[in-house]
Amino acid sequence: MRLFRAAAVLSTVCALAAATAACGGGTDTSGGGGSAKTLTYWASNQGPDVQADKKTLTPELKKFEKQTGIKVKLEVVPWSDLLNRILAATSSGQGPDVLNIGNTWSASLQATGALLPWTDSRFQQIGGRDRFTDSAVASAGAAGQDPAAVPLYSMSYALYYNKKLFADAGIAAPPATWDELVADGKKLTTGGVTGLGLEGANLSNNIHQAFVLAKQHGADFFDSAGKPTFTSPGAVAGVKQWVDFMAKDKIVGAGSAEYAQNQTLQDFAKGKTAMVLWQSAASAFESYGMKASEFGVAPVPVASGAPGTGAQTDSMVAGINLAVFKNSKNVDGAVKFVKFMTSDAEQITLNKTYSSIPPVKAAQANAAFDTPAQKVLSQTLATSAAPLPQVAQEAQFETAVGTAIKGLFADAAAGKPVTTASVKAALDKAQQQMQQ
Amino acid sequence: MPRVTSPVSPMAPPRSFVWTRRIGLSLIALFVLVPVYVMLSSSLKPLQDVSGSFRWLPSGLTLRPYVDIWRTVPLARYFVNSLIVSGAATVCSVVIAVFAAYAVSRYRFRGKRVFTVTVLSTQMFPGILFLLPLFLIFVNIGNTTGIALYGSRGGLILTYLTFSLPFSIWMLIGYFDSIPRDLDEAALVDGCGPLGALFRVVVPAAVPGIVAVAVYAFMTAWGEVLFASVMTNDTTRTLAVGLRGYATQYDVYWNQVMAASLVVSVPVVAGFLLLQRYLVAGLTAGAVK
Amino acid sequence: MATTATEPHAPPAGGGPAAGEPARRPRQPGRIRKLSLPYLLLLPAIALELLIHLVPMVLGIIMSFRGITQFFIRNWTEAPWAGLRNFRVALDFNAPIGKALLHSFLVTCAFTVLSVGLCWLVGMFASVMMQDSFRGRGLLRALFLIPYALPVYAAVITWAFMFQHDNGLVNHVLHDQLHLTSGKPFWLIGDNSFYALLVVSVWKGWPFAFLIITAGLQNIPRELYEAAAIDGAGMWQQIRRITLPSLRPVNQVLVLVLFLWTFNDFNTPYVLFGNSAPEPADVISIHIYQASFVTWNFGSGSAMSVLLLLFLLLVTGGYLLVTTPRRKNA
Repeated sequence: MRLFRAAAVLSTVCALAAATAACGGGTDTSGGGGSAKTLTYWASNQGPDVQADKKTLTPELKKFEKQTGIKVKLEVVPWSDLLNRILAATSSGQGPDVLNIGNTWSASLQATGALLPWTDSRFQQIGGRDRFTDSAVASAGAAGQDPAAVPLYSMSYALYYNKKLFADAGIAAPPATWDELVADGKKLTTGGVTGLGLEGANLSNNIHQAFVLAKQHGADFFDSAGKPTFTSPGAVAGVKQWVDFMAKDKIVGAGSAEYAQNQTLQDFAKGKTAMVLWQSAASAFESYGMKASEFGVAPVPVASGAPGTGAQTDSMVAGINLAVFKNSKNVDGAVKFVKFMTSDAEQITLNKTYSSIPPVKAAQANAAFDTPAQKVLSQTLATSAAPLPQVAQEAQFETAVGTAIKGLFADAAAGKPVTTASVKAALDKAQQQMQQ
Repeated sequence: MPRVTSPVSPMAPPRSFVWTRRIGLSLIALFVLVPVYVMLSSSLKPLQDVSGSFRWLPSGLTLRPYVDIWRTVPLARYFVNSLIVSGAATVCSVVIAVFAAYAVSRYRFRGKRVFTVTVLSTQMFPGILFLLPLFLIFVNIGNTTGIALYGSRGGLILTYLTFSLPFSIWMLIGYFDSIPRDLDEAALVDGCGPLGALFRVVVPAAVPGIVAVAVYAFMTAWGEVLFASVMTNDTTRTLAVGLRGYATQYDVYWNQVMAASLVVSVPVVAGFLLLQRYLVAGLTAGAVK
Repeated sequence: MATTATEPHAPPAGGGPAAGEPARRPRQPGRIRKLSLPYLLLLPAIALELLIHLVPMVLGIIMSFRGITQFFIRNWTEAPWAGLRNFRVALDFNAPIGKALLHSFLVTCAFTVLSVGLCWLVGMFASVMMQDSFRGRGLLRALFLIPYALPVYAAVITWAFMFQHDNGLVNHVLHDQLHLTSGKPFWLIGDNSFYALLVVSVWKGWPFAFLIITAGLQNIPRELYEAAAIDGAGMWQQIRRITLPSLRPVNQVLVLVLFLWTFNDFNTPYVLFGNSAPEPADVISIHIYQASFVTWNFGSGSAMSVLLLLFLLLVTGGYLLVTTPRRKNA
C-alpha cells in the first residue's frame, strides 16, 4: 500500500537523520582519547570572553605540545555551565583529564573522590609543595588531607577608591580601619554619590566578606571538627557589621541590596560610588571606561592595626586551581601538563594576562606584578589572606549563609530594623539547614 | 481558501465588539512590545550606558554590538546547531506524535489509559532531576555500544523530541477526536487502509493542530537551556546556552546579549509569520457533504 | 483510488513486522480488527518515552531513597539506603528544611494558579478577538508570538533590567512619570518579587495559550455561528454558547499542561533571581535546584521531587475527573 510505504520511508528517514546527526555531530570522546598522546582540558573563563581565553591559551598549549608531544584538546567552559558539567562528569566518569576549578569548590569535589590527590611525591614531580604560597595550597583541599588540586591563579580582595571623589571630600588617604571607612563613607555620601558599593544579592560576595569580618571578631563559621558554628557571637557580629553598612551607617545605597551582576563595578566606574571591596577589578573598571589613574588600590581595612593573620585577616584567598580527574586515561600526561602550567615561565605569562597573582612564589617576584595595584594584592595574599573553610559542605555553607545575608540586606533596604537578634535568627535558620 | 469573515455572516459585529477588540488588542500589543523595545534600545548602546538611567529615547546609538556578537561568541555556529537540532527534533516529534495520537484517537486497545496517563505524568517531574540520570544513561550507552550520545547533536535531538512528545500527543488526540469518524469511514470505503485514512483525511483536516504542535516542538528544542548546557561541548553547543557566553567572569555584555537575541529571533518570527496562515478554518467543513 | 503496483514489503521503521496485508473490505473504525496496528503506531513513542523520560524518572525515584551526597555521587550504587529519611526531613514542617519546603510549595501554588489563569484569559481574549480577519491580523498574530520566540535568557534579563530599583523602566514610569508611588519600590527582592515573577511568567506564557486556542478555534464549523445568528444570538452570547463549549477539549488539556509546566518552570525564576530566590518568590523548582545541585544533596532533592510528583498526580487526577464530561461509551 502506497501510504504504508510512505509512512515507512518517512520514519526511516527520520531515524537516519537522527543517527547521522549523532555520528557526525562533533562527538566529544572526552575522558582522554585513550592514548597517551592526548589530553582534554576544561579551562574556566578568566578573560574578557571565551574567545579571548582561547586566544590566550592556545599558543601556550602549542608550547606544551612541542615540549612533550602531547596534544591538548582545549575547551573553555563558561562559568554558568562549569559546575553542572563537572557534576555530570563526576557522576558518570565521563569527563576531561585536567580542569580548572574555583578554589572554593576544592573541598566539595575532594569529598566526591573524583580528583587525583596531590601527594608529596606527586608534588615533587612538579617541583615541590614549597614552590607555592601556603595559603593558596591550603585552599586546595581539606586540612589534614592531601590537596585535591594545585593552585593556578590567585586573587585577593582589595579596597578600590575613587581618587577624585576622595580629593573633593578632603580625604587624604584611604581608610585603614573600619571606623575610618565608615567616617569617610559618611563624608562621601552626598548628592547622588554613595560612600561604599556592594552586591547584596551576590551570595559568594556576601560570604567572602562575612567570613573575613567574622575572623576579625575572632570567630570561624565551622569549628575544628567541621561542625557549623554560625551563631557564635563573633560570626553574628561579623555579619551584622557587614549589613550595618547599609542598615546603620547608611553609606551603602538601598539599591545595592538587589545587585548581583557586578553592577557595583559599573557604579564605581561611573563615579556613583566612591569605594568598593572587590577582587582584582582593575580590568573591569577599564572596560567600563575608567582610566587606571582615576582609582587607587589599598588593602582591605581591619578593626585596628595592620593586616596580618588571625584577627587581622582582611581577605579570603580567592583563586583558580588546576585539578586532574582520577578517571583520566592519561594521568602521566596530566601531571606533566600541571607541571607545565605551574612552571615559572607560564605562571608569569598567564597571570600577567589575567591580572591575577601567581601562587608560585618565584614568579611573584617578576616585574609584571610590581604595579601598585598588583603589589597590594600580592601583599595581601602573602600576609593577610585566609582560605575559606575547606569543608565538604562548603557549597551548602555559601548558599545557606549567603541567602541569609541577602535576606538581611533586603530587610535593610526596605527600612526594617536589623538587630543582633534578627541576624542571629537568620544565621540560626541557615545553620539548621545544613544537613549531614 | 475562502476568506474567513465575521462569525456572524448576516450581521456586522456590534460596535461594542469592535471597540473592545481595538482597545484590548492595543493594550496587549503594548504589553508585548515594551520589553522588545527595551531590548532593541539596549542593543544599540555602548556597554557602559546599558544599565544607566532609563530614558525612553537613548542617546549615543551605535551598531557596534551587532558586529561584535559574531566574534565574542561563535554565534553563527550556535545558530546552525540550534537549527539542526530543533528542526530534526520537530520533524521526528510531529511524525511520531501523529502516529501515536491516531492510534489513541481511533482505536480501543488494552493499555490505552495507562499510556496516556504515563505520558502525561512525565510532565510532573522537575526537569532538573532528569538531568543526571539521563546523562548517566547516555554515557552507559556510549560505553556499551560506542554511540556517543552525550556531547553530540543526536543525543540532544533524541532528548528534545521526547520532551515535546507528551504534549504533542495529548493535543493531537484532542484535535483528531474533533474530526468526525465519518471522514475516516468515507476514506476506508474508498479502499484506503487505516494509514491511508490518516494521511489523506485526518492529517489535512488537522493542519492547524499539527502546525501548533510543530511550533511547540520547535520552540521547546530552540529554547531549552539546562540539558543543552550539560550535553553539548564547544562544537555542538546550541543558541540557548551559547547566549550565556556573553556573560563572562567580570562583565556581562548586555548590549550584545540583546543584539544576539534579536538577531536570532528574526528568522523565528518570520517563520511564525509564514506559518500563521495555516491557522485557519479547517477543511472538515464541507468534507463530509 | 488506484493502488500502487508495488507491495509494501518494506517494514515500518518503527521496528516490528509489517502488520500484514491491509484488508480490502471497509472496516468500522473503533472496532479492534488489527490488534497490532495501534501498538505499532505507538511503538516509537513508547520506546523514546521509556529511554528518555521514564527510566531516568525511575532512577530519580530510587535516588530519593538513598543518601546521595557529594560523597557518593561518583558511585550511586554504594550510597547508603536512607529509607524514608529524606522524605521525613522534607515533610517535617517544624524544622527549617520542611518549613521552607512547605512555604515554597504554597508560593508556587499561588503563583501557578495566577499565572495560568492570566495566561489563559489573555490568550482566550486575543484569540477570540482575532478570529475574524481584519487588516494586519497576520502581522499582529506574529507579533503576539514574539515573547514565545525570544530566547528565555534574554527576555527575562530584559525584564530584570526593567525591574531594577534605581534605573529600571518600571520604576521610572511608576514613580517619575506617573507619580503612582511615593518611593521607588523594590521588585527583585522583597514582597514585590512575587508580582515581578508573575508578570514575567505571564508575558512569556500567554502567547502559547493564544497559539493553541487559535488552532482550536479553527475547527468550530461556521454553520453553528450562522445558525445562532439567525436565531438572534448576539456576539457575546455566541462566544458563551458556542465558542467556549467547543473549545472544551482543547482548553482542558491546555490548562492542565500550563499548570504542570508553570509549576515546574525553572528557567524564568533562575534567570530573574539567580541561584537563590527571595522568600516571597521562592518557587519549588529553584528550591529543589538549591537542595540538589547547589548543595550536592541529590537524595534530598529527589525526595522533594517525588513529593512534588505525587502532589501533581493527585491534582491532575482530580482535575481530569472534574472536567471530563461523562461519556456513556468511554
